[in-house]
Amino acid sequence: MSFTLLIVQTLNGLQFGVLLFLIAAGLTLVFGVMDFINLAHGVQYMLGAYLAVMFYALTGNFLIALIAALAAALLLGLLLEFTVFRHLYDRDHLEQVIATFGIILFLNQGVKVVWGAAPLSLPIPDMFSGTIVLSPGILYPVWRLMIIGSGLAVALLLYLLVSRTRVGMLVRAGATHARIVSALGVDIRRLFMIVFGFGTMLAAFAGVMIAPILSVEPGMGDSVLILAFVVIVIGGIGSMRGAFIAALLIGLVDTLGRSFAIDILRLVMPPSPARTVGPAIASMLIYVLMALVLYFRPAGLFPAKGR
Amino acid sequence: MSLSVTALPRARNYEALPIAIFLVLALAPLAASFGAETYLLGLFTRVMIYGIAALALDFICGYGGLVSFGHAAFVGIGAYTAGIFSAHGITDMAITLPVALIVSALFAWLTGTVCLRTKSVYFIMITLAFGQMIYFVAGSLSPYGGDDGMTLKLRSTLFGFPVLQNDRALYYAVLAFLLVSYLLLRAIVSSRFGRVFRGARDNPTRMATIGYDVFRYQRVAYVIAGCLGGLAGFLLANATEFVSPSFMSWQRSGELIIMVLFGGIGTLHGAIVGAAAFLLLEDMLGGITENWKLIFGPMLVLIVLFARGGLLGLAQSVWERLRRG
Repeated sequence: MSFTLLIVQTLNGLQFGVLLFLIAAGLTLVFGVMDFINLAHGVQYMLGAYLAVMFYALTGNFLIALIAALAAALLLGLLLEFTVFRHLYDRDHLEQVIATFGIILFLNQGVKVVWGAAPLSLPIPDMFSGTIVLSPGILYPVWRLMIIGSGLAVALLLYLLVSRTRVGMLVRAGATHARIVSALGVDIRRLFMIVFGFGTMLAAFAGVMIAPILSVEPGMGDSVLILAFVVIVIGGIGSMRGAFIAALLIGLVDTLGRSFAIDILRLVMPPSPARTVGPAIASMLIYVLMALVLYFRPAGLFPAKGR
Repeated sequence: MSLSVTALPRARNYEALPIAIFLVLALAPLAASFGAETYLLGLFTRVMIYGIAALALDFICGYGGLVSFGHAAFVGIGAYTAGIFSAHGITDMAITLPVALIVSALFAWLTGTVCLRTKSVYFIMITLAFGQMIYFVAGSLSPYGGDDGMTLKLRSTLFGFPVLQNDRALYYAVLAFLLVSYLLLRAIVSSRFGRVFRGARDNPTRMATIGYDVFRYQRVAYVIAGCLGGLAGFLLANATEFVSPSFMSWQRSGELIIMVLFGGIGTLHGAIVGAAAFLLLEDMLGGITENWKLIFGPMLVLIVLFARGGLLGLAQSVWERLRRG
C-alpha cells in the first residue's frame, strides 16, 4: 500500500462520490418534495450518456453535445412526468416501485433497440485529455478532476438555490409540509414539475460527465441507482446536505475498500485466503456501513424535519 | 402505508379459488404429457417455485405492510446452499434442506433486526441494499463460479435415493412444498399471531399501546418469509441444476413484487396466480419477440394505473359487472 496509490484512490473515491451526489441529489429532491420513489432515475442517467454520445456523433463538439443532451433528457423526463409519474404521486410506494420498474425495463430495452447492445464510448474533449502532475510522481487524469470540480460546483449551486431562492424555500417547505404549502396557494403541481425536471437534468449531467471514462451500455443506470438509494438513505431522505456527505462517504469507502481490502486483510491472514475474502468484504462494505447507520439512526444522518 | 387490504376475502372465493388452483397444478402434468412434456413440466415447476417465494413475500407485504425489495436474496441463499453442498459432493436433502432453511432464517433474523427498525420507504431501500450485498458476495465467491455461477452435478437425494431425478417426481415434490407453504401461511395469518401481525400493519402505535412488542412479531414473520424464500431457492437450484448470482439480483426481487401485485396483494393464493401469470407472460412475450420487455414494461405501468387489486381483482370486478348486466 503505497502513499501515491492512496492519494490517487482517494481522488477516485472523491470523483465517484461526486458522481453519486449528482444522481442522489435529484432522487432525494424528488422523494423529499413529492414522496415519490422513482426507480427510473437511474435510466435517466443512462439516457444522458446515450444522448451525449448521439449528439457528439452528430456535431463533433463536446460542449454542444452536453447542452443538447441535457435539453433532450429534460424533455424526455418531462414527457415521462406528464404521461406516467404525475398519476403516481398519490399512490402508495409499492405501486410507484412497480410502475417505475416497468419504465426501467422499457427504457433499458429501448436503448438496446435504438443504439444496440454493444457498449459505446464518448471521447474526452481534447482540452481536458491527458494527465496532470499533482506532485512529483503522482499523475492524475484531468477529466476526473473536471468531474470532481463540476460536481462540487453543482453542489454549491444547489445549496444556493435551495437555501437562498424563493423556489428553494418552497422546496424546503414542500419537503416537510407539502399540504400546507399547497393550501397557502402555491401551485404544487408546477413546483413538482420544476423539481422533477431539475432532478432529471442532474442525473443526465452525471451520465454525460462519466461517459468518457465509462462504457455507455444498457443497464448502466441500474447499479448506480441502487448506490444512490444507499446514499439518500444514509443521508436522510429529503436532505440535500445529508446526500452530499453520504455520497462522498460512500464514494470514498467503496473505492478505498476495493483497492486496499486485500492488503489490509493480508496483515491478519495468509495471502491466499485474503485474495478470496478481500473482494467479498470490499463489496459488502457500504451495505454494512448503511446497516450500522440505520441501526443507530433509523432515519439517516440528517433526517428532514417533520418526516 | 395505505395498503387497504381486506383481511380475508369472502368465504366462498377463499375456498373455491385455491382448491381450483391446486387441482389445476396437480393435473397439469397429465395435460403436459400430450404436449412438449419436458418443457411444460419445467415451466410449471418454475411457476410453483416462484409461487412459494411470492407467497412468502405476500405474507409480509400484504398482511404485514412490510414491502421487501430484497426477497430474492433468500432465494439466492437457498439456491447457493444447495449448490455449495453439491460442489462438495453432499446432496442429501436430509442435511442440505435444513441447512438451507437455517441459513436463510439466520440471514432474515440478522437483517430483520436492522431493517425492521426503519419504516416505509426506508424499509424498502434497506431490504434492497441487503439484497444487493448478498448478490455481490455471491458474485465474489470465486471457488463457486463467481459471477458465472455453477452447475449442480446432481439433484438432491433423500437418504441416498435420487428421489428428485425424475422431472415428474420433482414436479410433485415442489407441488407438495407449495401446498404445505400455502397451508402453513394461511394458518399463521388466521392465528392469534397473524392478527397481531395484521394489526401492526394497520396501526403499530395502537398495537404497541395494547402491549404487543410489534418489532418482535414482525421479526418472526420476516424470518418465516425468509425461510420460505430459502426453500424456493433450494428447489430452484434443483430444478435448474444451476445457481448464479443472477438469482438474487434486484431485478429478481422486483419481479417477485410484481408477481404479488399481479395476483392481488394480501390474498396468498393470488401470489401463486401472479407467479403463473408473470412467468407464462414472460414465456409468451419472449416467444413473440426478443424485445419483450418493450411490451412488458408499459404493461406494468398500465396495470398499476388501471388495475388496482391485481388480475384477480380485475377479473372479479369484470365478473361482477357482467352479473349485474
